[in-house]
Amino acid sequence: MKNIWWKVLAVVIMTYVIFWGLLGPVPRQPILNESIRNVSFHVPLWFAMIILLVTSVIYSVRYLRKGRMDDDLIAVEFANTAILFGVLGCLTGAIWANFTWGDPWPNDPKLNSVAVGMLMYMAYLILRGSFDDEQRRARISAVYNIFVFAVFIPLIFILPRMTDSLHPGNGGNPAFGKYDMDNNLRMVLYPGVIGLTLIGVWITQLRVRLRRVKVAMDE
Amino acid sequence: MQRTPFFKSSLLALLLLSQQVMAQQPVTSGVEMADQLRADGKIWVVVAVIAAIFAGIVVYLIRLDRQIGKLEKEVNEKKSENSLRF
Repeated sequence: MKNIWWKVLAVVIMTYVIFWGLLGPVPRQPILNESIRNVSFHVPLWFAMIILLVTSVIYSVRYLRKGRMDDDLIAVEFANTAILFGVLGCLTGAIWANFTWGDPWPNDPKLNSVAVGMLMYMAYLILRGSFDDEQRRARISAVYNIFVFAVFIPLIFILPRMTDSLHPGNGGNPAFGKYDMDNNLRMVLYPGVIGLTLIGVWITQLRVRLRRVKVAMDE
Repeated sequence: MQRTPFFKSSLLALLLLSQQVMAQQPVTSGVEMADQLRADGKIWVVVAVIAAIFAGIVVYLIRLDRQIGKLEKEVNEKKSENSLRF
């Protein structure tokens, strides 16, 4: 294992996040109670997902510019890991919502937008599976990936802010404002984003390497 | 399947950790015990469980990483052999 320093960093950061996220001081809020600690675990999943999706789009653009199959392979694996994080984010959000908003899937614009977004990314994987020709699959799915990302970002960041939403930062609720966020939480949230992103990159790297080995064996 | 020394030692560490968690006696006054795990509404037990799950996932990732590394090596060696032959 060469270049393992960032993997060690990921493990160290996530160990800190798990311990301090569960045991560190947090703001006392009615209704939320101790479940406010989910901010250290549920929210970084989405941050990490967005970072992985941005990376996927960058590699899709690179494929279209240079036409190297390796870039297409990296793009799809980053999207795969991002979708895994997205599904986990939906599940953890549903558990949290069940106990604080009283319903695992309340009719909230952010949730519905995310559901649409996840379906669009599922369609990306199905689209890839429907081509036999490698070049065509790579080219068309790269274009689709860029389009999906361009729709996904307004869908989850802009549209929910224009209506009423249960999520902080939407419909007049302050995002990370003084009421539901404090420096103690930030000390765990931001390391959590870095740690989960690194773990996601690690999983992606393993899958990319495995596929490269497969490609080399086919040659 | 081969067991790397790393895998063995991490398994041992996990086992020892769980021993410590399970083998606790009720609190007796004056005798020093590992009471931390039962303090604060036993939240420490949950923390230990989550930490163990995370450790397991990390061990799994590391083993996968090494196995893929070996595959990469094999493929590279075969490639260089072929290029020598032709």
